[in-house]
Amino acid sequence: MRERHEFHVDSARYLDDHGKPLGDLPPQARDIDRTLAAYRHMVLIRTFDSKTIALQRTGKCGTYPSVLGHEVVGTAVGQSMARTDVLVPYYRDQAAHILRGVSLKEMLLYWGGDERGSAWENCREDLPIAVPIATQCCHAVGVASAFRIRGEDRAVVCCVGDGGTSKGDFLESINLAGAWHLPVVFVVINNQWAISTPRSIQCGAETIAQKAIGAGLPGHIVDGNDYFSVTEAIDQALERAHGGKGASVIEAITYRLGDHTTADDATRYRDAEELKRAWEKDGVKRLQNYLHDSGLWDADQEKQLQADCRETVDTAVEEYLAMEPEPPTAMMDYLFETLPAALHAQRDRLADKHRARSGQGGVA
Amino acid sequence: MNASAQKAVDKQNASEVKEVTLVEAVNMALAWEMEHDENVVVLGEDIATNGGVFRATVGLKERFGFKRVMDTPLAENLIAGTAIGMATQGLRPVAEFQFMGFIYAGMEQIVSHAARIRNRTRGRLHCPLVYRAPFGGGIHAPEHHSESTEALFAHVPGLRVVIPSSPQRAYGLLLAAIRNPDPVVFLEPKRIYRAVTQSVADNGEALPLDTCYTLREGDDVTLISWGASILETLQAADKLAEQGISTEVIDVATISPLDRETLLCSVAKTGRAVIVHEACRNGGVGAEIAASIAEAAFLDLQAPIVRVTGYDTIMPYYRNEQAYLPHVEDIVEAVEQVIAL
Repeated sequence: MRERHEFHVDSARYLDDHGKPLGDLPPQARDIDRTLAAYRHMVLIRTFDSKTIALQRTGKCGTYPSVLGHEVVGTAVGQSMARTDVLVPYYRDQAAHILRGVSLKEMLLYWGGDERGSAWENCREDLPIAVPIATQCCHAVGVASAFRIRGEDRAVVCCVGDGGTSKGDFLESINLAGAWHLPVVFVVINNQWAISTPRSIQCGAETIAQKAIGAGLPGHIVDGNDYFSVTEAIDQALERAHGGKGASVIEAITYRLGDHTTADDATRYRDAEELKRAWEKDGVKRLQNYLHDSGLWDADQEKQLQADCRETVDTAVEEYLAMEPEPPTAMMDYLFETLPAALHAQRDRLADKHRARSGQGGVA
Repeated sequence: MNASAQKAVDKQNASEVKEVTLVEAVNMALAWEMEHDENVVVLGEDIATNGGVFRATVGLKERFGFKRVMDTPLAENLIAGTAIGMATQGLRPVAEFQFMGFIYAGMEQIVSHAARIRNRTRGRLHCPLVYRAPFGGGIHAPEHHSESTEALFAHVPGLRVVIPSSPQRAYGLLLAAIRNPDPVVFLEPKRIYRAVTQSVADNGEALPLDTCYTLREGDDVTLISWGASILETLQAADKLAEQGISTEVIDVATISPLDRETLLCSVAKTGRAVIVHEACRNGGVGAEIAASIAEAAFLDLQAPIVRVTGYDTIMPYYRNEQAYLPHVEDIVEAVEQVIAL
């Protein structure tokens, strides 16, 4: 006797490449304020992104990973989450961070080589940016376990790239989320490229979302440039998590429109024609078209928004550039809650050297 | 339980002095802290229903429930990282790695996250967790079950590495490790898990971290060790005493951050230092101790510093493990060598 086990992965898309509805829109589309706020935020993030790249090119910021092409997913994540939920990000989640309460200045500080960039005054519990690929997935299930242990109605959203889904951290974490029934949503932002490695080499599976099935979780695919399909999927997955129904995996398909980071040159490995086609699917322009076609947006509003975003970003940049670096002794001051006696002499030496090098005015 | 009832139970426990092995002391400390701090949770492979392969966590699931005593899937990297997520939420997870030989899968999480979360967030988040692992050879275990790689962890800024060498110190240091607001790698010398018993008062009293423990005072030579090697070091000290050689025996206990002051004061008194550890010599913690003594107490030394260690080779399978491990006579010979100078 043979038995057959069948599984499925669903996939959703509501707007075509030009922002035209392909059919009925999900209920989220009825929330006009939310949709307008999403568009405004995407433009802010895009403005911030191009400014930060310019700062890096002029030596005023360190290596920076452009968020171009990720604005829609990040915005939907940031909007869908409750304040008391916890975001466990990777390093290209600028759009979500800012909605969670991280300031543009803090984001600049982080990429500008200053640890205070993760001190996040208004976003106390979210995990900091995780640079080592997919490692954050394990933290996400740990945070979700804490919620379950304490019986709190809170959920976790964990973001990871397509490359990250090849790592054990992702697979081990979705496996635990399934086994322990944890309130967590894994959002895989499939931007087709892990630096120079295309999606086709990353994994032989037809979809990334189907990895969820091996962990006993539902896997969904959404068009990551379609604000409504991403928003609906994340809203539903969070509702499921809050309702004690367990974890989900969402694969949001988009495209990395920029280089991996400012230290990368994607023209070495990526076809210009492919990039051109990806721009035709741009999610920010798509939402703008939709709003325009719906009579909710016009050229004057667009002009005003662009000016407002530039001003907001310029103000943040000024604040960032005006900040003095921390004294070098800060490198010892947050290592432990209390500096162990074994390190006192090293800290004193560091302070003395700094005083000597910076003259009378040095502060240790 | 209300406060006064709890107090009565505590008092009763405090008066209860138990004769326990090192591994039983670990279990006692875990139970005490889980009883008194609901944020303490334990997780690992086979730790709940089975009580751990060495029985370090036996009885905890029955007392505190599966929500706080968690059998994890078989994935060490996941165990290391999940504990970090829990710790950022204010829990105090104690994660068990079944053997030190399997901890390496969790290395990225330990080095790149546990040790760095406080620093990276400028204190916004911190990581009050304990990674427990039995370590060391001498129990006829299979391949990968006998290593002593504590130096790997001692090298990592932001980590504490604590190693008990008696039931009393296992109890007191583990309580301190759990209460510590920063990550602690707590390595348990499994060769002496059940070697001796000792009276331990189950009163919740922690012992200080970041300090050496002077087990025996003496004048002629300082013997410095930690973990299971303390056993042979003390036996060597007895033999040397018979020859009229007075040794000061120091258990380093916290190998990082290192209490150099106690070591240097002792060497200033004795003028001689012999360092004993089971781990390989090259880049071992003994090298750091020797360098520290040479830097700060060179003029106090009457003889070169000598290390008695494992060889710089892969831990042999058990038929040859005794040939690898430092023995009492190796320590005695080393002391005789430095005394002769």
